[in-house]
Amino acid sequence: MKRLGRNLRDFAPALLLIAGLLALWEVISRAVEMPDWLLPAPSDIGASFGEAAPLLGPHVAATVTAAAAGYALALASAIVLAAAIDRWGLARRAIYPLLVTSQTIPTFALAPLLAIWFGFGLLPKVLVVALVCFFPIVVATVGGLRAADKEMLDLVRGMGASDRQLFFKVRLPAAVPSVISGMKIAATYSVIGAVIAEWTGASQGLGLYLLRASNSFQTDQVFAVIAVIALLSIALFGCVELVGRTVAPWTAAKEETAR
Amino acid sequence: MRPPPDSAAATPAVALRGVQATYLERGLRVEALHDVDLTLGRGEFVSVIGPSGCGKSTMLNLIAGIDRPSAGEIAVDGRSAIGRTGLVAHMPQRDLLLPWRTTLQNAVLGPELRGEPDREARALAQLDRFGLEGFADAYPHMLSGGMRQRAAMLRTILLDRDTLLLDEPFGALDALTRGEMQEWLLGIWSELAKTVLFVTHDVEEAIFLSDRVYVMTRRPGTMKLELAIDLPRPREREMTTSPPFVDAKRTLLHALLAETHR
Repeated sequence: MKRLGRNLRDFAPALLLIAGLLALWEVISRAVEMPDWLLPAPSDIGASFGEAAPLLGPHVAATVTAAAAGYALALASAIVLAAAIDRWGLARRAIYPLLVTSQTIPTFALAPLLAIWFGFGLLPKVLVVALVCFFPIVVATVGGLRAADKEMLDLVRGMGASDRQLFFKVRLPAAVPSVISGMKIAATYSVIGAVIAEWTGASQGLGLYLLRASNSFQTDQVFAVIAVIALLSIALFGCVELVGRTVAPWTAAKEETAR
Repeated sequence: MRPPPDSAAATPAVALRGVQATYLERGLRVEALHDVDLTLGRGEFVSVIGPSGCGKSTMLNLIAGIDRPSAGEIAVDGRSAIGRTGLVAHMPQRDLLLPWRTTLQNAVLGPELRGEPDREARALAQLDRFGLEGFADAYPHMLSGGMRQRAAMLRTILLDRDTLLLDEPFGALDALTRGEMQEWLLGIWSELAKTVLFVTHDVEEAIFLSDRVYVMTRRPGTMKLELAIDLPRPREREMTTSPPFVDAKRTLLHALLAETHR
């Protein structure tokens, strides 16, 4: 109950602001009689969302599958690569510049290429999501591994720990809060990554739905899908937050006492 | 000087001879320790006091094998201990409990690194004596300062070494808790027959606990004075006003003040 009360207190300002902005939007669009294809009122978007909802199911499923699979792939490979970068100075010098450069390539340029190479199935979408989510997790993990308390390392080394034991018993757990921060950023990227990939060629997915809606000037449908994408991203972010609290209870508790 | 309790075993638990330590700080060579001699008899409780920054912690790091001296000899149980970790149980100034481990998981770290079985059962059996019963599954941030210190002490004891190096273990505690912890530590020490090297900047604490007290000079630190404490065991709080205690305090304070005002 206490927890619910706190959540309510935390989220209430944001919810009120959103409600206020929607109300303002509603009032203005009714007052100036904006045509629906240009900017529909929130109530119209809600209505069209109601119409589209039964159709959206498979598209949502396709996008979520691509986002989740790509996210998982990014997470696993990012942690392995971060450990390698941390372990070998040569790996850091060789890989880091490449990694940063890879982030300068626009996803919109990359997605069609991947579609050309891997077709219109699930794989190219998974790869786009993985490429987008990979970077923040690697950077956060490398930072976290380096940030381990030196005195703590000295102490455990002094107890006779091997390098391997030091890594798994001190440095990796010490990096967990950083990894989770990186995972949160990546979570917000993942759905967008999947949508972009679907935009460039797909048989299903919210990206495809968005493309069709905008091509046919169904602006209310475009907004409805945007809302769905936002909700999915927030849900994924929430999942990571929850996972973080479960695997790293000590950080969550620290935040609570800091309040 | 009173001979160390177990003088029959001629090999001291820890012996430092002519130990020098220098390190680089912003490109400058800083001499932390200069020609340090120190002997720790088996089963002895010895304290080292000195002005802050005199190299007390550096000395413990050298004995623990975390750092290497630039010259001199360090022996643990008669064998060179330079650069060798795991020979003594070292408890640094900060408790350094791993925040992602519960009290019990922190306590068993030493045996866990060596892959020993039944470690959790052994730790659980000790929780009571360390005032941690009911807190086995609590994370460090949920513990009070005194409890954290006792948890760190339990981890140190479970390393199962004959010699304990304790670096200002009670420095961050309030006076009342501190007094309780001192008596508690003496209980543990006599029960487990450990050898203790205790670093502190509190003169009364050093006298109350120790068989002998060393006074260190300012940096570069070296041993300035060695004083045997002529008080019976077990120590009682009332002894802190007895003439031998007051005499020792006067001598040590005099030596210490000369250093801080030098």
